[in-house]
Amino acid sequence: MISPLGQNLAYGILVGALYGLVALGLSLVFGVTKFLNVAHGELLMFGGYASFWAFSLLGLDPFLSIPVTIVFLFLGGAILYKLIFSRTVKLPEESKIKNTLLVAFGLSIILQNLALRFWTADERGITTSYFGTAFTVFGVRLPVVRLANLAVAVFFLVAIQLFLRKTYTGKAIRATVQNWEAASLMGIDIHKVYLLSFALGAALAGVAGTLVTVNYSVMPSMGLNWTLKALIVMVLGGLGNIPGTLIGGLILGVTESATSFFIDSNYREVAGLVLFLLVLIFRPQGLFGAKEA
Amino acid sequence: MDKKRIISIALLAVVIIVLAVFPVVIKQDSKINLVILLLLYMSIASSWNILGGYTGQTNLGHAAFFGMGSLTTRLLWISGIPFFLALLAGGVVAVALAMLIGIPAFKLRGVYFAIGTLALAQILNLTVANILPEMSYNPALSDYQLLPRYYLFLILAVVTIGAAYWLVNSRWGLGMMAVREGEDAAESLGISALKHKLLALSVSAFFAGLVGGAFAYYHVSYYLNMPFSPEWTFDPMMMAYIGGTGTIIGPIIGSIFFIGIKQLLVWNVGEYHLIIFGTLFILIVLFLPGGLVEAWKKIQNILPLRFRPVKSKPALNT
Repeated sequence: MISPLGQNLAYGILVGALYGLVALGLSLVFGVTKFLNVAHGELLMFGGYASFWAFSLLGLDPFLSIPVTIVFLFLGGAILYKLIFSRTVKLPEESKIKNTLLVAFGLSIILQNLALRFWTADERGITTSYFGTAFTVFGVRLPVVRLANLAVAVFFLVAIQLFLRKTYTGKAIRATVQNWEAASLMGIDIHKVYLLSFALGAALAGVAGTLVTVNYSVMPSMGLNWTLKALIVMVLGGLGNIPGTLIGGLILGVTESATSFFIDSNYREVAGLVLFLLVLIFRPQGLFGAKEA
Repeated sequence: MDKKRIISIALLAVVIIVLAVFPVVIKQDSKINLVILLLLYMSIASSWNILGGYTGQTNLGHAAFFGMGSLTTRLLWISGIPFFLALLAGGVVAVALAMLIGIPAFKLRGVYFAIGTLALAQILNLTVANILPEMSYNPALSDYQLLPRYYLFLILAVVTIGAAYWLVNSRWGLGMMAVREGEDAAESLGISALKHKLLALSVSAFFAGLVGGAFAYYHVSYYLNMPFSPEWTFDPMMMAYIGGTGTIIGPIIGSIFFIGIKQLLVWNVGEYHLIIFGTLFILIVLFLPGGLVEAWKKIQNILPLRFRPVKSKPALNT
């Protein structure tokens, strides 16, 4: 017996895991540096192109190209930090958020148009041999590619958590989050912490880009849409709350699939944005975030 | 009136007269269209500046007001209502939307307001695309004339910039700037931040709505959600920043610069202009927050004393 509602819910969860992964890098960067990098979607797009070209030119499987994407985007993120974002580090928090938002917005225009020049406006996707493979559990069809979303998202979430909790560098990052002035007095190099966090955030955007390209497609104009999704998820899960991103992603995924099921699939994105506005107005600290003192 | 004021008023009159006779003298449609585009952007950038520049609320949803104005005007005008009523209705609907969202949105401070307004504009964009997906055609295409459109945009630009000038030099304008400089400090002096933000938002939305209505009158055929697309927020915002936010002349300079460079670059290097603008925008936000207006002041200060413009003597206090 196939239950359409169950199928829809399962899809919502698997897509939601991807949304969580998309927001992971943005949330890490915002949590540590208070940079609101609205060019996140464009970084994601570059990750998608890296995997696309690795697949179509070298025949590299998209899941195997993830390490390549990570290296590229990590370096790219480090360069962007050095060139642009490092100049806003010393600003007070409110103007830091606002200025990085504006700067990242300028950056998103640059990246989008560069992609347009390099790779044209065509929509491209990756179709692997196992694309159609699916398991059927209790009458619910679970495609391998979508299950991979969940696996990759959980893997990177756990990896980031372990890195932050168990390593010395992770400890330095957490100290910086709590109080960057005190941390720098303790001999932590704030610029290094920020550089590492920003580059990691970019690398995570790249990973998400690979999965988005496998699940959907990649094209130069996709950035804003994914930045919005990442912002929604980040606000749902609580600003800078790393485990919260997966929960936020699942909520968004299920909300979208429920909207498709009960209302109309054209209103999927509208539902996500309305949810986002409601949370911003009534619980700006996020659904699970603690109230700020 | 002092000398400086007379000179600036005379200069302004000359500019307006030149713009008014321009389409009669230069009869090429392509050039008239270019100036229309310039006037359009000047007006939207100036309207964005009222809230974004003078009141310090980064509005990333300006396209919502522009789009709402154009949608209302287009639908009413095409259904047979006289154009000027339809235009006014567009402005009023934009203000109604501003009031509707202003009170909840202004519970959001700083960056939350920015991303909240961005989300709102996207909601409207997607919803309009869902409900009215067809292309809107101009029914009276046979008697389409460019000149009335040109003068409508010219009048709107003058009125928008004039209203912005009048508003920011009024008591309310001082309150708006006080809110920008420090919301809590302004509140402690008895300035209601919410009232000032709502006023700035409404005025900003009203003119964006009117310009949207003019756009609906000007554009022959387009998808009805097109005026809601994020470029209508981002381009004017960039113009305001490049020229200098929080000044009257800033958005004007910014839009002239934007359109001018765009034309120049499209002729020479193709579609690279947005990459150059993005770069310029980043440089200005990082190093020159006052935009080109501030750059000009800085250049003046580098000049040897005898080349600097003469400043009027301060009045003696005794």
